Amino acid sequence: MMTPTLTISALTRRFAGVAALTDVTFSVAPGERVALLGHNGAGKSTMMKIILGLIPATTGQLSVCGTTPGSPEARRQVAYLPENVAFHPALTGLEQIRHYLALRGQPPGGAMALLEQVGLAPAAHRRIGTYSKGMRQRVGLAQALIGAPRLLVLDEPTSGLDPVSRRDFYTLLDGLAAQGASILLSSHALTEVEARTDRILILSKGRLVAEGSLPDLRRRAALPVAITIVPRDADDPALRQALPEATPAGGALHLTCGQADKLAVLARITRLGDRIRDIEVQPPSLEDIYSHFSQRDGQ
Amino acid sequence: MNRILATALCEFRIALRNRWVAIAVVLMALFALVLSAAGSAPTGGLGVDRLSVIVASLTSLAVYLVPLLALLMSFDAIAGEVERGTLPLLLTYPVARWQVLLGKMAAHLAVLTLAVVTGYGLAAGAALLADPSAKAGLPALVRLMWSSVVLGATFLGAGYALSSLARRPSGAAGLAVGLWLALVVLYDLGLLAAIVADNGGWFTTHAFSVALLANPADAFRLFNLAASGATAAASGVGGAAATIPLWQALASLLLWPLAALALATLAFRKVTP
Repeated sequence: MMTPTLTISALTRRFAGVAALTDVTFSVAPGERVALLGHNGAGKSTMMKIILGLIPATTGQLSVCGTTPGSPEARRQVAYLPENVAFHPALTGLEQIRHYLALRGQPPGGAMALLEQVGLAPAAHRRIGTYSKGMRQRVGLAQALIGAPRLLVLDEPTSGLDPVSRRDFYTLLDGLAAQGASILLSSHALTEVEARTDRILILSKGRLVAEGSLPDLRRRAALPVAITIVPRDADDPALRQALPEATPAGGALHLTCGQADKLAVLARITRLGDRIRDIEVQPPSLEDIYSHFSQRDGQ
Repeated sequence: MNRILATALCEFRIALRNRWVAIAVVLMALFALVLSAAGSAPTGGLGVDRLSVIVASLTSLAVYLVPLLALLMSFDAIAGEVERGTLPLLLTYPVARWQVLLGKMAAHLAVLTLAVVTGYGLAAGAALLADPSAKAGLPALVRLMWSSVVLGATFLGAGYALSSLARRPSGAAGLAVGLWLALVVLYDLGLLAAIVADNGGWFTTHAFSVALLANPADAFRLFNLAASGATAAASGVGGAAATIPLWQALASLLLWPLAALALATLAFRKVTP
């Protein structure tokens, strides 16, 4: 087991007595892609700012690349993409990236290659003031790629990106992770991070309410499966008899069952044979799973 | 060092794009030319060359204009970054806050130097054209140039400090105008009022010179007038130049930028993104 790039234990942050984060503990290993999920105000951005050393923790221990958050050593190895990233509108994309390269002690000549990587090369000589939100987001992404960082902290990195750019973005992240970079990114949609992250952390009202891979979370949530049956004859009494728990609506029968009972119920349905015209099985949606975890603890 | 230089280059480019370079240079040139045209009449009776007289007039101009330009350029430095939302990202880079401030100051000082050299240079050129003996005033002109830049550094530092304290550009602008009024306009009026009320007592004999040295703008004026020996052409508070040793005015002039920069660093450190 490699030493984690990021370790957080019992982290608590209070603003004027109000707890923004309470007793949060987790770690991120090298090469791991971790998604931080939560509603607006759940504490995602606060957590990131503490990891970056922009604001101090009230209590708790943090280790970033083996050192203190915000120390020069940590800052050299950590890249950040803030939510709604902004730049000086008077600079061009190229000038801005050259500046960031210089601040990281890298040769500014690599700026164009970085912009090409995020698909901004054609706009490199235009002022950032004329960029769309998605283009600004790409500049932000380009600066986060500077100097092979060991930890990338990305706050809602895909907001403002179209679906194709999103896919390109996650492909970029895959490449970085394959080289050993740890990635912590936040989002408020589970659907988006579904297939592209190794682990999911769900934050609700400043508490870590769930942690695990998506199949893990799906199993633990144990949300019911919804089954819709379209009978040949809506008033067929044999159907009612075989499936007493189903409720009829709009010419179809609806029923739900636990994950564990799914096969047994389906077996009962298939035994009805010709009496059924169609059947549809809906597993709990990602949004259902997310709501399940993010609301459970908040009540 | 490279990080300071990179910040300075970036800030200078922004000043160029924002027309700050053009505004500062044109403003300085315009005022200097108007002054040299207006100041060309009374030279004969004073027994000094034309340029020395112009330097005395330029000193009075610089006391108002240089702090104003410096504050106008600097009030947005931190508050603007906070408002645009660019500060959190900058502070996650491996660059110290004092390096950011020094970089910004280097760029703004370059703009100020450009404006001062252009403006004073034009005025000096006009004087030399009209009166070849004006060469005698060149050392005073050079002294005025560098001391103007030093004065500018003080007010740049003060501007950064106010910008950090206010955290919003509108608030920082208000504070900057307030500081300019207080130090450049009201301070001297207050001193004069105090002298009149004191009527030759303790304040006039002891506190007055200290009060003058404590204000960077007054120290600048004292230094230039005393050093150029053009006190005869000066009036008002400038008349005190004869009574205060040159080195004291110089020390105040040189110490203030350091103090202002230290204040700015302290204030910037307190800013949480």
